[in-house]
Amino acid sequence: MLGRLSWSAVPFDQPIVMGTCGTIVVVLLALGTLITVKGWWSYLWREWITSVDHKRIGVMYMVLGLVMLLRGFADAIMMRTQLALAAGQAAGYLPPEHYNQIFSAHGTIMIFFVAMPFVIGLMNFALPLQLGVRDVAFPVLNSVSFWLTTSGVLLVNLSLFVGEFARTGWLAYPPLSELAYSPGVGVDYYLWSLQLSGIGTLLSGINLTTTILKLRAPGMGYLRMPIFCWTSLASNLLIVAAFPVLTATFAMLLLDRYADFHFFTNELGGNPMMYINLIWIWGHPEVYILMLPVFGVFSEVVATFSGKPLFGYRSMVAATMAICVLSFIVWLHHFFTMGGGGDVNGFFGIATMIIAVPTGVKVFNWMFTMYGGRVRFTVPVYWTLGFIVTFVIGGMTGVLMAIPPADFVLHNSLFLIAHFHNVAIGGVVFGVMAGISYWFPKAFGFTLNERLGKAVFWCWFVGFFLAFMPLYALGLMGATRRMQHYPNTHWQPLMLVALAGAVVILIGIVLTVAQIAVSIRDRRANRDTTGDPWNGRTLEWSIPSPPPAWNFSVLPSVEQTDAYWEMKKTGAVRRPLPGPFVAVHVPRNTPVGIFIAFFAVILGFALIWRIEWLAALGLLGAIAVALRESWKTDREELIPAREVAAYERSHAPESALATTAVSEASFEVGHTPSVRVAAGGGS
Amino acid sequence: MDMLAEAQGHAPGVDPHEHHGIGTYLTGLAYALVLTVASFWAATTSVVYAPAVPVLLAALAIAQMGVHVAFFLHISSAPDQANNFLSLAFGVFITGVIIFGSLMIMTHLNHSMMPMDELMKMQR
Amino acid sequence: MSAGEGVLQGLSGVPLALRGPAPARVVAGFGFWLFLLSDIIMFAGLFAAYAVLSGATAGGPTGPELFEKPRVFLETLCLLASSVTCGFGTIAMFRANARAMYLWMGMTFLLGVCFLTIEGREFASMVAAGAGPSHSAFLSAFFALVGTHGLHVSMGLIWLIVMMLQVATLGFQPMVTRRLYCFGLFWHALDIVWIGVFTIVYLGAR
Repeated sequence: MLGRLSWSAVPFDQPIVMGTCGTIVVVLLALGTLITVKGWWSYLWREWITSVDHKRIGVMYMVLGLVMLLRGFADAIMMRTQLALAAGQAAGYLPPEHYNQIFSAHGTIMIFFVAMPFVIGLMNFALPLQLGVRDVAFPVLNSVSFWLTTSGVLLVNLSLFVGEFARTGWLAYPPLSELAYSPGVGVDYYLWSLQLSGIGTLLSGINLTTTILKLRAPGMGYLRMPIFCWTSLASNLLIVAAFPVLTATFAMLLLDRYADFHFFTNELGGNPMMYINLIWIWGHPEVYILMLPVFGVFSEVVATFSGKPLFGYRSMVAATMAICVLSFIVWLHHFFTMGGGGDVNGFFGIATMIIAVPTGVKVFNWMFTMYGGRVRFTVPVYWTLGFIVTFVIGGMTGVLMAIPPADFVLHNSLFLIAHFHNVAIGGVVFGVMAGISYWFPKAFGFTLNERLGKAVFWCWFVGFFLAFMPLYALGLMGATRRMQHYPNTHWQPLMLVALAGAVVILIGIVLTVAQIAVSIRDRRANRDTTGDPWNGRTLEWSIPSPPPAWNFSVLPSVEQTDAYWEMKKTGAVRRPLPGPFVAVHVPRNTPVGIFIAFFAVILGFALIWRIEWLAALGLLGAIAVALRESWKTDREELIPAREVAAYERSHAPESALATTAVSEASFEVGHTPSVRVAAGGGS
Repeated sequence: MDMLAEAQGHAPGVDPHEHHGIGTYLTGLAYALVLTVASFWAATTSVVYAPAVPVLLAALAIAQMGVHVAFFLHISSAPDQANNFLSLAFGVFITGVIIFGSLMIMTHLNHSMMPMDELMKMQR
Repeated sequence: MSAGEGVLQGLSGVPLALRGPAPARVVAGFGFWLFLLSDIIMFAGLFAAYAVLSGATAGGPTGPELFEKPRVFLETLCLLASSVTCGFGTIAMFRANARAMYLWMGMTFLLGVCFLTIEGREFASMVAAGAGPSHSAFLSAFFALVGTHGLHVSMGLIWLIVMMLQVATLGFQPMVTRRLYCFGLFWHALDIVWIGVFTIVYLGAR
C-alpha cells in the first residue's frame, strides 16, 4: 500500500541528521507561529505566493537561492572539516557512505537550487524593466516555473529525513547510479527532484526568450537593448536547447531503474559512456547558462559606475552569441580521459581553447569601459573587480586543462575542483552578489548597508583564495576529488588552510544575513525616493522604487542604447510624469502555480517510494488543476487611467538632479562621457 | 495593444493572408506522399547502390521535413518570419550536433575500449 | 516621455523589431514554437541514444527481424492524413465555422487513434515474442524513442478533446483559438518527428 516506504526510512540512528531535522522543524514552527500571530498569511498568499508579477517571482527565487545556499554551504563546511581531520590513520567523523551523500548533495544543491534560482531570479526581476515592458511573456507560466523549482527543493530536502540521498556525485554516473549498484531511493530522489525542477527551468527559458524577442518597448531594436538582455537571451536560448537533453537522459536512467531497460547498464548491450556523453551535452551549456547573465550584470555595473557607455557594445553582443554557439561544441572536455582517442580529444580541446577568446574580449571591454571613466567604488564595483581578478585565474586553469595531455594528469583531481569553484564562485557568486546589491534598491526602495556589503565582499574574496588555492597545489600533488580520507599527512596543512578559508566565507554568509537585517532595520534612513540611486543608464531606473505592478505608467519610446541616460541628457525626464495615461491591463494572481507544485511533490515522492496509487493521484491532481485554470476567462485586471495618474502623482520621485549627490567619489550628473559608443541599431 | 496587430511578425503556423488556405495543405500532402513512397521504395529496392541508400533516405527525410515546415507550418525566410526561421535553424543545428556528435564520440570510444564481455571477465 | 502607444500610428516602414510589444497571438505562437523546438531536441537525445545503441542487440532479435514495413507505411499515412485534416480544421477555425472544425478535428482524432492502435499492437506483439525493452539496449532504445513519440500523440489526442470541449463551452474567443493554433503546431511537429522515426528506425534497419 505504501510501496517501499516504512518507518525504517527515517534515519533515527544518525544523530547529525536527526539533529538537523530537529532544528529545521523548530525553525519552521517558529516561522509559522510568527506569521500566524502577525496575521501575515493572507498578505503572503495574496501578494507573494499567488503572484504572477515577475518582480515578486524574481525576489522569491532569490530567497529560495539564499536559503539553499545555507544548506549547500553546510555540506561544504562538513566536507572541509572531515578533510582537515582525516589525514594518515585518522578516519575523521563522517563515514564514507555519509560523506558520499554529502558531496553529492552539495553539488546538486549548489548548481540546481542555488545558482540557477539566483540567476533566473535576477533575469526575472530585471528583464522586463530593462526592456521597458509590463511583464514577461507568460506570467502564469512564470509562477508555475518558480513553484516547480520549489518542488525540487522540497524533495531534495525531504531526502534528508525520509530515506537517503544519492551517493553518486552530482551527475549520478551509471553504472553506479543503476539499480544494481544503488538499490536505495537516493538516486530516485535525485532524478525526480531534478526532472520536476527541470520542467520549471525549461518553461522559464521559453518564457524569457519569448519576452526578449517579442516584448520590447517601441523603438528598442536589438542593438538598442541593454547588454544584460543580450546575455540573458543567449542564456535562455541555451536553456531551451540544453535542458531537454537533461530530461531525456534522466528519463533513460529512470527507465533503466524502474522498467528494467538497458540504456546504461553493464549487461545486455548497455553503454554507460553514452550517459556521460549525453549528460555533458547538457552540462557544458549549463555552466554558460549560469555565466552569461552574470557577465551581463557586470557589463551593466561597469558602465553605470564608470559613468560611461559600455566599451564595444557590438563586440560584446558578438562575443555573447559566439559563446552561446560555441558552448555546444566543447562538452567532451569533461571526459577526455575516457577513451575517445586523439582525434576526438584534439577537436574538443581546440574548441575549448577557442571559447576562451570571446570571454577574453569581454574582459578587455570591461576594462576599457572603466579606463577613462570616473569609477565610483560602490559594493557592486567591488564584486566586479573581485570577479575580474578571480575569474581570469579560473579561466586560465580551465584553458590549461583544455589540453588533453594535461587533463590526463589533472582530471578528477582537486585541481579540477579548484578550477570550477574558481569560476563558479568568482563568476556566478560574485556576479549574483553584484546583481543583488545593484538591483536591491529598485526592488525594495531602500539601499543595502554599504559597510556590511564591503565586509561581505572581503570575506568571500579572501575566503575563496584561502579555501581554493591550496586545492590547486593539492591537485598537482595527486589529491583526488570525492576523497573521504587520505594517507599522506603532508597534505593536512593545506587542508587546514582550506578549512580556514571556508570559515571566512561562512563569516561572509553570516554577514550577508546581517546586512539584510540591518538594512531592513535602517530602511527609512536609506530610502531611495528617486528611483535612480546610482545615476543609471537603463530604463529600469526611470521608474519609482519599488515599481508599481504595471512597471511603466507610460511605455517608453526608445531611440538609443542606454535609453534612460539619453533621456536624462536631453532633458526628456519629467517629474511627475505628464499624461496622457491609459488604463492598464495587469494579469490577475492565481494559485495554479503552487497547486501544481503541490501535486508535483506528491507525484515525485510517490514515484520515489513506488506508491502507485499516490503517484496517479499526484499526476491527476496536477492535470485537474491545470485544466481548471485553463477554463478561466477572467485573467486580467484593468487598472483605470486615473489610478495610474494618481499613483504617478503620489510617487513622483524628487528631481533626480537634486538627490543624487552621493558621498562616494563624486560624479557630475549630465557628464558627457569622453568616449561615445556609436548610437546602436537603426531602421 | 491590439491595434499593433502586425507588430513583431507572425506566429508560426498562422497564415494571415489566407490566400492559400486549403491549397497549401493539399500541395504539401502531394509532395509528402511522393517523398514517403520514395523513401519506402528506396529502402527495399536493389536498383540503388547499397551504401548510398542511407544517404538517399536521409535526403528524402530532410526534404519531407522541409515540406511539412513550409506547407503546414508556413515558416519561410520572409522578414516577418525571421524569429521563427532563426529559432528553427538554431534547433536544427543543436539537433545535428547532438546526434552526429554523439555518434562520432561513441564510435571512437567503442573502437578504443575493450569489449564488455572481456572487461567483465576481468572483474573476477 | 512620449506615449509609446500613440507614437507608431502607421506601421509600414517601421522595422518589425522596433514596433513595440507583440500582440498575444504572436507571443503565444512563438513561445509554443520554442517549446516544440525544445521537444524536438529532447527527441534528438533519444535519437542519439538509438543511433548509438541500435547495434547492441545482445544476441537477441534485431530490427530487420522485427519490423514490418507495410505496417509502418500505414502508420505514416495515418499521421500524414491527420496533419492535413488538422490543417483543414485550423482553416475552419479561422473562419469561425464550428461545424467544419469539429468535422475535420474529429477526423484528425480518429486518424490519430488508428495510428496508436497499429503501434500499440506492434508493441504488444514484440513483447509477446520476447522482444520487450528489457531484453537488450537496442530494444530499450527502440521502445523509448518510438514509445515517447506515441506518448506525445496520445497527449495530443487528449489535448484535442479538451480543445473541442473548450470551443463548445467558451466559443471561438482569442484565448481558445490561440490554443488551437498551438495544437496544430504540435500535431505537425509530431509528424515531422515521425518522419525521422520511420526513416532512421524502420527504414534504416539493416
